[in-house]
Amino acid sequence: MKSFNARFYGNPRVYLGLIWLAAVVIVAVFAGVFAPRDPFAIVGQPFLPPGSEGFLLGTDSLGRNVMAGLIHGARTTLMIAVLSTVAAVAFGTVLGALAGYYGGIVDDILMRLTEFFQTIPWFLFAIVLVAILSPSAMNLVIAIAVVSWPPIARVVRAEVMAVKAREFVQAAVVAGQRDMGILFGQILPNTLSPLIVTGSLMVATAILIESALSFLGLGAPGQMSWGFMIGAGRSFLRDAWWLVTVPGVVILLTVLAINLIGEGLNDALNPRLADL
Amino acid sequence: MKNASIGSYILRRLLQTVPVILGVVIVNFLLLQLAPGDLATVIAGEAGGATPEYIAELRARFGQDQPLYVQLLNYMGNLLTFDLGYSFRQSAPVLDLLLDRLGPTLLLMGATLVVSLSLGIVLGLLAALWVKTWKDHLISVTAVLLYATPLFWVGLMLVLIFAVKLDWFPTSGMEDVVAFHEGWDRVWDIAHHMVLPTVTLSVFYLALYARLMRASMLEQRGLDYVTTAKAKGLTDAQITRRHVFRNALLPVVTMAGVQTGSLLGGSVVVEAVFAWPGLGQLAYQSLFARDYNLLLGIFFLSAILVVVVNLLVDILYVILDPRIRLG
Repeated sequence: MKSFNARFYGNPRVYLGLIWLAAVVIVAVFAGVFAPRDPFAIVGQPFLPPGSEGFLLGTDSLGRNVMAGLIHGARTTLMIAVLSTVAAVAFGTVLGALAGYYGGIVDDILMRLTEFFQTIPWFLFAIVLVAILSPSAMNLVIAIAVVSWPPIARVVRAEVMAVKAREFVQAAVVAGQRDMGILFGQILPNTLSPLIVTGSLMVATAILIESALSFLGLGAPGQMSWGFMIGAGRSFLRDAWWLVTVPGVVILLTVLAINLIGEGLNDALNPRLADL
Repeated sequence: MKNASIGSYILRRLLQTVPVILGVVIVNFLLLQLAPGDLATVIAGEAGGATPEYIAELRARFGQDQPLYVQLLNYMGNLLTFDLGYSFRQSAPVLDLLLDRLGPTLLLMGATLVVSLSLGIVLGLLAALWVKTWKDHLISVTAVLLYATPLFWVGLMLVLIFAVKLDWFPTSGMEDVVAFHEGWDRVWDIAHHMVLPTVTLSVFYLALYARLMRASMLEQRGLDYVTTAKAKGLTDAQITRRHVFRNALLPVVTMAGVQTGSLLGGSVVVEAVFAWPGLGQLAYQSLFARDYNLLLGIFFLSAILVVVVNLLVDILYVILDPRIRLG
C-alpha cells in the first residue's frame, strides 16, 4: 500500500487546490505588502473596467481598487473562516468525546442537543445571532461556530465509541489512568484523521457562510471582505459586471481548492473508501 | 402494516417534536433578552423620545418588570397560542406578516425540491451507469464546481446573463403587479418570474443529490442481492431499474428531508437577490429595520416548518420502506 504522502501529493486535484490555497494564504498574510493602501481608499475614477492602467481588476462605484479589496478581503474572510472552524472543532470535539466516552444519559442529552442544532434552520439562526449580537468579526466567528459544530460532535462521538472498546484503552483503565487522561491522551489522538477531513471541509463551508452574511450586510464593519464586495457591487450589475463577477470567482476557487484538498485528505487517510 | 401501528408511530413522532419546539422558544426568548433595547425603549423611540416614567409604565404593561422566568412563561404562552408579537416597524402583528409571506416561500421551496431532486437523481443515476467514463467525470466535476459556488453569486450571475444581457427573464419580483394578470396569464407570469430563483436555489442541492445518488447506486450495486438477481437470470437493465435504483433512492430522500432547514436559509439569500416576496425577503428587510421581534418570528415559523417537513418525510419513509420497523 502506498504511503500517505504518495496518495495525497500524487493526486493532481490536491495539487491544484494546494497551489491556489497557498497563493490566497500568502496574499492574506502579506496583504499590507501586496496592497499597501487602505482598500476603502478612493484611488481612481469610478467604474474603471478591468485592465485599466494601474487597476488590473478595475475600480468600483466609488473609485476603490478592486484588486486591493480582494487582497484585504482574503485576510478578513480567511481569518473568520479559520477561527470559526477552530472554535467549532474545539467545541464539537469536547461534546462528541464526552457523549461517546460516557454514553448513557450524558450521550442522550448531548446528542439531543446536537440534533436540535441540526434541525433548526441553521443559516437563519446565524443571521439572527449576528443581527442581535451586532455585526463584528468576533460575532461572525461565534455565529458561524455555533451553527457548524454538530457534524464534528457526531464524527468524534462515533470514533470515540469505536476506539473506546479497543484493548489499549482497557489497558489504560486497568493501569489506573483517570477518565480525562484516557479520553484526551489515549482515545482522541486516534480519532484525528476523520476530524482533520471534516475540519478542513468545514473551512470551505465557513467561507461560504461568511460571504453570504457579508453579502446580506452582516459582515464585519470597516473590514473589506469578498461577500461585502459582491453585496456592494450588485446595484451596478448592469454597468459594472466585474464588481460582482470577480469576487465571486475568487470565492468559488478558494472554496473549491479547500474541498479538493479535503477530499484528497479523505482519500489518502481512508484508502479503502477512495473508490466510492 | 397495521394502521394502528402507523397511528401510534405518528403520535410518538409528534411527541418527539415537542422538545425541539420548546428549545426554539427558549432560544428565541434568550436572543430577545440579548437584543439591544427592549420593546418599551423601541416604542418610546418611535414616539420620538419619552420620559423615564413613561418607559417604566410601558415596561410594566408588557410585563418586563417581572422576573425572567415569569417573562419566559408568558412568552411561551404567547408563542404557543401563535401570538408572535407586534412589528412596530411594519405596524402589523408579526403573525399576519408571516402568513402573508409564507406562500411565496413555500412555492419557491417546493419548486426547488422538485427540480433539484429529479435532476439530481437522474444525473446521479447516469453518472453511476457511466462510471469512470468521461461523462461520469463531467457530471462529477460539474457537481464539485456547483458545490463550491456561493448561492447569492449564482443568482447574480444568472441575472447578469439571462435577465440583463439576454432579457429572457425578469430580474426580480414574483409577478408583474402593474399588469394585473388574471387566471392562467397570472400563473404563467409567476412561473416566468420563478425560473431564475428556482434554478439558483436548486444548483447546490442538485449537486448534493447527484453525488449522493451516484455513491448510493455504486454501493447498492456491490451488494449480495444483486448477485442473487444476476444468478436468477435478470438482465443488468432489469436489476438496475427494479432493484438497485429503488434502494439507492432511500438515502437521497432522507437527505432531502434533512436539508429542509438549510433550504430555508438558502431561500433568505435567494429572496434577497431576486426581491422574491417571501419570508426570506421579510427577514432581510427586518435586518435593516432592526425589527428583532419580526426576525425572531420568522426564525420560529421556519423552525416549525422544518419540524413539520421532517415529520412528513419520516412518515412517508415508513410507508415507502416496509423494512423500517416501528417498534
